[in-house]
Amino acid sequence: MTTIFGVPSMALFGQLLIGLINGSFYALLSLGLAVIFGMLNIINFAHGAQYMLGAVAAYLLLNYLGIGYWPALIIAPIVVGAIGIVIERLFLQWLYKLDHLYGLLLTFGLALIIEGVGRNYLGTAGLPYTLPDSLRGGHNLGFMFLPNYRAWVIGVSLVVCFGTWFAIERTRLGAYLRAATENPTLVRAFGINVPRMITLTYGFGVALAAFAGVMAAPIYNVSPNMGSELIIVVFAVVVIGGMGSILGAIFSGFGLGIVEGLTKVFYPEASNTVIFVVMAIVLLVRPAGLFGRRT
Amino acid sequence: MKHVADPLTQKTSMFGTQSQTIAFVVLLAVLIAAPFFTYPLFLMECMCFALFALAFNLLIGYVGLLSFGHALYFGWASYLSAHAAKDWGLPPELAIVVGTATAALCGLIAGALAIRRQGIYFAMITLALAQMMYFVALRAKFTGGEDGIQSVPRGHLFGVFNLGNETGMYVFVLVIFLAGFLLIHRIIHSPFGEVLKAIRENEPRAISLGYKTDRYKLMAFVLSATLAGLAGALKALVVQIASLTDVYWPMSGEVVLMTLVGGLGTVFGPIVGAFAILSMQYKLAWMGQWVLVIQGVIFVVCVLLFRRGIVGEIAHRFKIKL
Repeated sequence: MTTIFGVPSMALFGQLLIGLINGSFYALLSLGLAVIFGMLNIINFAHGAQYMLGAVAAYLLLNYLGIGYWPALIIAPIVVGAIGIVIERLFLQWLYKLDHLYGLLLTFGLALIIEGVGRNYLGTAGLPYTLPDSLRGGHNLGFMFLPNYRAWVIGVSLVVCFGTWFAIERTRLGAYLRAATENPTLVRAFGINVPRMITLTYGFGVALAAFAGVMAAPIYNVSPNMGSELIIVVFAVVVIGGMGSILGAIFSGFGLGIVEGLTKVFYPEASNTVIFVVMAIVLLVRPAGLFGRRT
Repeated sequence: MKHVADPLTQKTSMFGTQSQTIAFVVLLAVLIAAPFFTYPLFLMECMCFALFALAFNLLIGYVGLLSFGHALYFGWASYLSAHAAKDWGLPPELAIVVGTATAALCGLIAGALAIRRQGIYFAMITLALAQMMYFVALRAKFTGGEDGIQSVPRGHLFGVFNLGNETGMYVFVLVIFLAGFLLIHRIIHSPFGEVLKAIRENEPRAISLGYKTDRYKLMAFVLSATLAGLAGALKALVVQIASLTDVYWPMSGEVVLMTLVGGLGTVFGPIVGAFAILSMQYKLAWMGQWVLVIQGVIFVVCVLLFRRGIVGEIAHRFKIKL
C-alpha cells in the first residue's frame, strides 16, 4: 500500500474527497448568503434551516408522494424558494431601513421556529434518504475508490456555483442586480422594479440553500439539526472569504472543505475547530478577509 | 435606543434619575420578598441569567455591538468554577474567581479578534469563536463531555457560611447580583460609559475627537465577558451542574432574546427579560420542543413590532428613564 507523509494514500484521498463534498456545501451556502446580503443587507441566519427544509422536502416527496430524487432536485428548491418569497414579503421587507442587526435577529427567530417544528414532527434522530439507483456504485480510480454520487455532488456544485457567478457578473440581469446593490435609488429611477428584484433575490438564495439540502440528503441523514451546526461554519467561511465577491465565496468554500478534510487525516482532534482557527488567523493577518474589499 | 437625558430637566440622584432609584427600590423589595412566595432555586437561577443579560446589554445597548457568542463566557466560567469547586476542592468564592477570570481571558482573546471587523461580521465572528470553544468543551476531559460536571459542591463561603442551605445561598446570590448590577450601572454612567455611547452613535466622529475607539470597544467587551462569566460561575454553584447547554449556541441566542424582550439599552430591561423568559420556559416545560418554536415567534414579534421591549415601552409611555 502506498503512503504519503506516513498516511495511506487511500485514507488521504478519501478524506480529501469528503473535504471536497463538505466544501461544495460550504460554497453553495456561503454563495447564497453573499447574494442575499448584497441585495437585502441582511445576514440570513435561517439559511441553515432552509437548507434543512430542502432535505426534508426531498424526504417527504420520496416517502409520501413517491417522487424520486431527480424531480425533487427541481421541486424542493422551488417550494422552499416560494416559502422564502413569502418570508421576505411578510417579515423581511419591513427591516431594510433598520440596523442590520435586526435582520440577523429576525432570521435567527425564523430558524428557531423552523428547527423547532422540524424536531416536533421528525424527532432529533436522522432519517435515511435512499439514493436513486442511477447514482449508486462507483469507480476504482486505482489510487482511491470514487462513489458516483459523491462525484455527482462535487460536479453539480461546481456547475451551480460558476453558473451563479456567470449570471451575476456576466449577464444583463446580473448587471441590474449589481447596480441595485450599489445604488437602489438610482436603479429605480431607471424604471427597474427594485423591490421585486429584492424579493426574487431572496427567493433565489433560499432556493439555492434548499438545492444544497436535497443534495445533502443521501449523504448525511435528514435531521432537523443538520442546518444549524452547518450555518455557523458557513459564517466562519464567509468571514474568511469576505462577502464582497462571489468567486471569493466559492473558492473559500471549497478551499476550507479541503483544509478540513486534510485535518481529519493528520490531526483528527482538531477537525471540528480548524475552520474557526483559520478564521482567527485570517482576522489577525488580513482583517478584511481574503477576498474582501470593504471592512 | 436614542433617548438622551436632558441634564437640565432630570433630577439626578445616586442611581442616575429619580425613576431609576424608585425602580431599584422596587426591584430590591421584590427580590427580598419573592423567596417567601416562590422557589428560591428558581429565583437564584433567574438572578444569574439576569446578570448574564445585563452583561450582554452592556455591549449591545451601550456600544452597539451584537455579540452572538456570549455563551462562551457564561459556559466556560461555569465549567471552570464547577471544576475548581469539585475537583480542586476550592471554596466557593475562589471557584467563582477562577471561573470569572477564565471568562475575562477568553473575552480578551475573542474580543481582540472580533473588533477587527465591524457590524454584522462582528456578530458572525463572536458566534464562530463560541462554536469553536463549544467543540473544545465537547472534547476536553475535565468537562465530562455529554454528562457535564454534576453534583458540584456549594461549600462554605470564606470557610464560615454554609451555602448548602437555601437561605445562605440566596443571600449570597442576591448580593453578587446587586453588586454586578450596580457595577454595570456605574460603568454606564461614568465618563468611560459616555465614550462608549459616543461610539455607538457615531464611531468615525468619536475617532476624529481623538478617542482610540478600538481600545474602548475591547475594554467594554472584556468587561461584558467578565460579568457574563461571573453569572456563569455563580450559576454552576446554584444549580450544581455545568453542562454543554451552557456553551452551546442556543444559549447565546437565549441571552439575546432576554435582553430584546426586556429592552435593549435600558438599565432594567435585561432583568425583566430574564425573569420573563425563564418563567415562560418553566411554565411551558411540558410543551417540550415547542418552547423553541415559541421563542422563535417571540424573536420575530419583538423585532417587527416591539423593538423597545417591555421596559423600553414603559419608559417611552411615561417619558421616564429606566
